[in-house]
Amino acid sequence: MKLTGAQALIKSLEREGVEVLFGLPGGAILPVYDPIIDSSIRHILVRHEQGAGHAAEGYAQVTGRPGVAMVTSGPGATNIVTALADAYMDSVPIVVITGQVATTSIGTDAFQEVDTTGITASVTKHNWLITDANDISRIVAEAFHVATTGRPGPVLIDFPKDVANATIDYEEPGELELPGYRVASAPDERSVAAAVELIAAAERPVLYVGGGVIKADAAKELAHFVGLTGIPVTTTLMARGAYPDAEALHLGMPGMHGAFAAVTAIQRCDLLISFGARFDDRVTGRVEDFAKGAKVIHVDIDRAEIGKVRRPEVGIVADCRLAISALNEQIAKNSAAQSRDRIATWVERCLDWKQRFPFTYEGAGTAAPGDIGRIKPQFVVEELRRLTPPETILVAGVGQHQMWAAQHWGFVDPRSWVNSGGLGTMGFAVPAAIGAKVGCPSKMVWAVDGDGCFQMTAQELVTASSERIPVKIAILNNAYLGMVRQWQHMFYEQRYSEVYLSPDLPDYVKWAEAMGCVGLRVTDPKDVAAAIEQANAVNDRPVVVDFRTDSMEHVFPMVPAGASNDEILVHPSQADQPR
Amino acid sequence: MTNLTAQTRHHLVTARVENKAGVLLRVAGLFSRRGYNIISLAVAPTDDPAFSRISIVVDVESNLLQQVIDQLDKLINVVAITELDPEEATQAELLLATLARSVEHDADLGVLIQSAGASIVEMTDQATTIQLVAEPTVLDDFEEKLRSYGISELQRTGAVALPRLVQL
Ligand SMILES: Cc1ncc(C[n+]2csc(CCOP(=O)(O)OP(=O)(O)O)c2C)c(N)n1
Ligand SMILES: [Mg+2]
Repeated sequence: MKLTGAQALIKSLEREGVEVLFGLPGGAILPVYDPIIDSSIRHILVRHEQGAGHAAEGYAQVTGRPGVAMVTSGPGATNIVTALADAYMDSVPIVVITGQVATTSIGTDAFQEVDTTGITASVTKHNWLITDANDISRIVAEAFHVATTGRPGPVLIDFPKDVANATIDYEEPGELELPGYRVASAPDERSVAAAVELIAAAERPVLYVGGGVIKADAAKELAHFVGLTGIPVTTTLMARGAYPDAEALHLGMPGMHGAFAAVTAIQRCDLLISFGARFDDRVTGRVEDFAKGAKVIHVDIDRAEIGKVRRPEVGIVADCRLAISALNEQIAKNSAAQSRDRIATWVERCLDWKQRFPFTYEGAGTAAPGDIGRIKPQFVVEELRRLTPPETILVAGVGQHQMWAAQHWGFVDPRSWVNSGGLGTMGFAVPAAIGAKVGCPSKMVWAVDGDGCFQMTAQELVTASSERIPVKIAILNNAYLGMVRQWQHMFYEQRYSEVYLSPDLPDYVKWAEAMGCVGLRVTDPKDVAAAIEQANAVNDRPVVVDFRTDSMEHVFPMVPAGASNDEILVHPSQADQPR
Repeated sequence: MTNLTAQTRHHLVTARVENKAGVLLRVAGLFSRRGYNIISLAVAPTDDPAFSRISIVVDVESNLLQQVIDQLDKLINVVAITELDPEEATQAELLLATLARSVEHDADLGVLIQSAGASIVEMTDQATTIQLVAEPTVLDDFEEKLRSYGISELQRTGAVALPRLVQL
């Protein structure tokens, strides 16, 4: 079949099952935009290429399928670098296609030429520059394979204009040419046995569950593991939803703004069992003091993560689902590994921490939160949770509001939480929410965003309005770059340098309306619930709610950067509690 | 002179890589991004034109070496990696040096060249270019000795290595 390179590319994407493309055209990618008109693939026209990348991430995180974005060369490519870096840090499978100047012009500083594969080499799992149109179908197949297998991640295909315009005899991809790509899958039996031995001897074990469990769709296996062993669970920022928050043995999120019980249980455990986590500095605090007395079992599909930060007693390089299943199988035959007696005192201690140090704020849990006059940001998150269906997808920006969202939303399911963990990308929420809603149109999608973050990518709400993607955005408008303000308050003697934003410049309601959304504003705690219900009732367009929240609120607990997790600061109301 | 602690930080890593555009950038980029120090790096084709071999002498603590290898192994174009213990490898490197004097008028220099097993590549009235292929540490010594004769230019290739046939 004779096809142009552009047609072959679109056909290859269709072959991969791509349903939606987030993108924005330009000179170098122009030929590829023509066959899109005839394709079954839905194209969503973003207003900035960063938005296309984050939307692809949101889509991928909620569906488990790769998100795809397409942009032009030069500035189109550089605009999407942030999203690639974000996806790389959080192991999100996205495929980005960038237009490129003709192969005959590469290296001449042609119009809108940048070295895209060079620029993105360190923030992609792999990238390809196609120089022969006959390679298109094979390289697309390789790109999707690499993005979605092993430790998932972003990939990029750089697509020169003359390759797009060439005419070829299209052939289905044959064998992939990836001689250097090997994917770990099943765990090594001896390591599994060694891990079970450690579990059977531990007196103070705790689980440290990371995003890998969600990526491997291993939530069921995890629940079974906990059911068998009775070992307390912590879930990292990337793993919220991997284990239901409501479960008694769930101690919550560890890390810089994690739950006291989760942080402290990890510090004092004698066996740390890590499933798909990478010992990130936001979790470990000062590494030398992290879980000092503990032996470590580390399960990860990426061999390079084992021992990168902390040398484990047992390392298992495998897919989390297969590894946890294998552990479960062995544990089921091992009564010592299932014994609750040995760990009973420890579990009791963990649950006591959990009970005495919940996430809290002034006025928490009172029937009339309006009494304190200001809207507490945590209260907005709790009300959102209370008033939305259990399967609602929550997306967050980066800052204080993100931490409050992670802390106060009661997570039920995996893939219901979308956030920027490793890179901490302000501006992530709006476009990621759009991608999430496109991926799961039947679920309600709320984003909890900061006023600072919102201003970085709000224009994508124009995309959402015109494409009828009814996302809902709750701005926790504290008139500050709040997280930075908090650090200046705590570590720079309250010298607030360049963090004030103003509550009403811009006017978020008018801005929302100008972008085709419903805009609401809430200034009184008593009106929070009604506004959420009003927003929930809108199904034909996006909604933005400007919640005027308390500027002075700080995120607690907090482990100061570079400090030991033992130095965790709790909410002032809990400061006198014995630890 | 390389001291002992420096030597224990030197590790030989050879990677068989796909012979594709950008491979060197990926390897070099990985080392610079993760802060691994490269002492020398040599790239050359192999018997199979689809693959090249990159020989790297890397300067890291021994306990970091596995991490270097694991990260390198993640590069899609890297097909296989061998780490050679310097004790168990035959290493060789080429040194080319131009000295600002003629060996004809300098008997000492002639003796040095001969005793080191080096050879004269080119010679004029004012200058001599010599070459020596040897283990990197031997080249270090030789280079040191040449210094007193006035080196005007010097190039080394970086080490390449193969496993020893007979272990010491
Ligand atoms: C692109 C980007 N620039 C800067 C930062 C540093 N930063 C982290 S949180 C934060 C403040 C975010 O402000 P806002 O969105 O209002 O959220 P808040 O903390 O007030 O809830 C900043 C500036 C970042 N994470 N990302
Ligand atoms: Mg703010």
